[in-house]
Amino acid sequence: MLDVEGLAKATGAGGREEIRIQRQISLPWSEAVRISVRNVTMRLGRTMITASGIVLGIAFLSSIWTGGVIEDGLQQARLEQERELVAATARDQAESDSGKTEASAAISEEERRAQSSKRIWLVVMSLLVCGVGITNAMLMSVTERFREIGTMKCLGALDNFIVRLFLIEAMALGVLGSVLGTVLGHLAMLGIFAIRERSLSVAAKMDWGQMLTYLLLCVLIGTVLSLVSAIAPAVRAAHMRPAAALQSEI
Amino acid sequence: MAKIECPECGEQIETTGIVTVCAKCEADLREVMEAARRERDERMKTIVRDDSVTTHEFIVRTRDLKKIYIMGEIEVPALRDVDLDVRRGEYLSIMGPSGSGKSTLFNMIGGLDKPTAGRCFIEEVDMAQLDAFELAWLRCRKIGYIFQTFNLIPVMTAMENITLPMIFAGMGTDEMMDRGRELLDMVGLGDRLDHKPYELSGGQQQRVAVARALANSPAIVLADEPTGNLDLHTGKEIIDLLKELNQFSGVTIISATHDLKMIDVSDRVVHIRDGEIERIEHRADIDLEVGGMGE
Repeated sequence: MLDVEGLAKATGAGGREEIRIQRQISLPWSEAVRISVRNVTMRLGRTMITASGIVLGIAFLSSIWTGGVIEDGLQQARLEQERELVAATARDQAESDSGKTEASAAISEEERRAQSSKRIWLVVMSLLVCGVGITNAMLMSVTERFREIGTMKCLGALDNFIVRLFLIEAMALGVLGSVLGTVLGHLAMLGIFAIRERSLSVAAKMDWGQMLTYLLLCVLIGTVLSLVSAIAPAVRAAHMRPAAALQSEI
Repeated sequence: MAKIECPECGEQIETTGIVTVCAKCEADLREVMEAARRERDERMKTIVRDDSVTTHEFIVRTRDLKKIYIMGEIEVPALRDVDLDVRRGEYLSIMGPSGSGKSTLFNMIGGLDKPTAGRCFIEEVDMAQLDAFELAWLRCRKIGYIFQTFNLIPVMTAMENITLPMIFAGMGTDEMMDRGRELLDMVGLGDRLDHKPYELSGGQQQRVAVARALANSPAIVLADEPTGNLDLHTGKEIIDLLKELNQFSGVTIISATHDLKMIDVSDRVVHIRDGEIERIEHRADIDLEVGGMGE
């Protein structure tokens, strides 16, 4: 028979020692960032796939908006050209053609309204596409790590540690992916228009102020979407009982 | 509101934290107040409510522990009224065929799942009464877990895996590194600090897991089939390691297993069948049996 009593006494002393150094449970932000960065860089392949979901979605949105701004610019340029032409002819035949000019302006107004509703439809579609894409990417990247989450909870992680880790990750992925996507979509559209118009003058003709607003909006939307779509699965995963999280197999 | 004592003149001062100087001698009280606050926080969050608990004979007790899993419309009872007392410093094995409920029992004792009915006490504290913070604290400091599938964090090195629970426990970096190195040395992996789990063999991974379980010097180490994924030889090594820990540091080890090699080192073996304790063997009885077979 083993001397359980003796062992009990030995642990008793150890236990008291332990109580003296007790502190609370914590996860400093610096550590959280370090772990998250590690998570992103170590699974680079997986991260790229998640990020490409964001990149593609945002590139789509960015390209639609860029295309819109470029078209507006081109149309504006064409309109001005036309107006100049009209003005030049008007100088010659001041009275006779005034009716015609109004008619052509009305047509372009109607055209533009049709075009803008088409564009809104495209923007809504692209928002849906990138919303779904990003949500799916984030959902998968959280779900496939349930086991890891369960392990962390066994090691004493609070629910909010888990959420924090995933939010930092989603934030990083969101910002990087959106910036990349925005730039890609923008450049692609510029390229397409430059080829179509056979000149780089498209860049000069568009409203850069408006363009910049749209590009920033793209980055913002991408980041917010990835954060929002990561919150739900991260919170769900964090609230799981460790036993359930550990048993999940993917 | 807390009562603190002025270090200069010994005056007892009641303060809410706004006044930071002694009313009598105007000494700076911020340091003392900070210490008092920390102490109070610790006291409040400490599951072990006072030092005397370490003298409890039983570190784990379960009473009428019941767990029913609901699979679709069928209720599957995994545990039926399990009463189990585990002594401090004991090496206890829970044996039984797969599906007998030993892993469920492991989850209940470890606070990883909630029982359907009944109670489970750790150091005489009813786990059902603990809030999320206290449960996390318990998992972080009182219990170390070892799993069949090792469950190391794949993106972290051996060292980082071991220091993770120490980060949660708020240990300083230097102290953490020292302890991490010490633990890895102890399990014989002192030269594998920076290896990732996939660069280690199964046995080595399990050693890292053992070291991680001990990170915050827990009172209990819970092992769920620790040798299940290991070959005979490596499994024996892990068992020996656990036994050594049990003997030298006095940590209580509770291991769910169906590895017969465990019987040799266990103080008691609890046999579980269909969610019920079938019988409990003591080491003395087992020795006798083994002796008898040898003749």
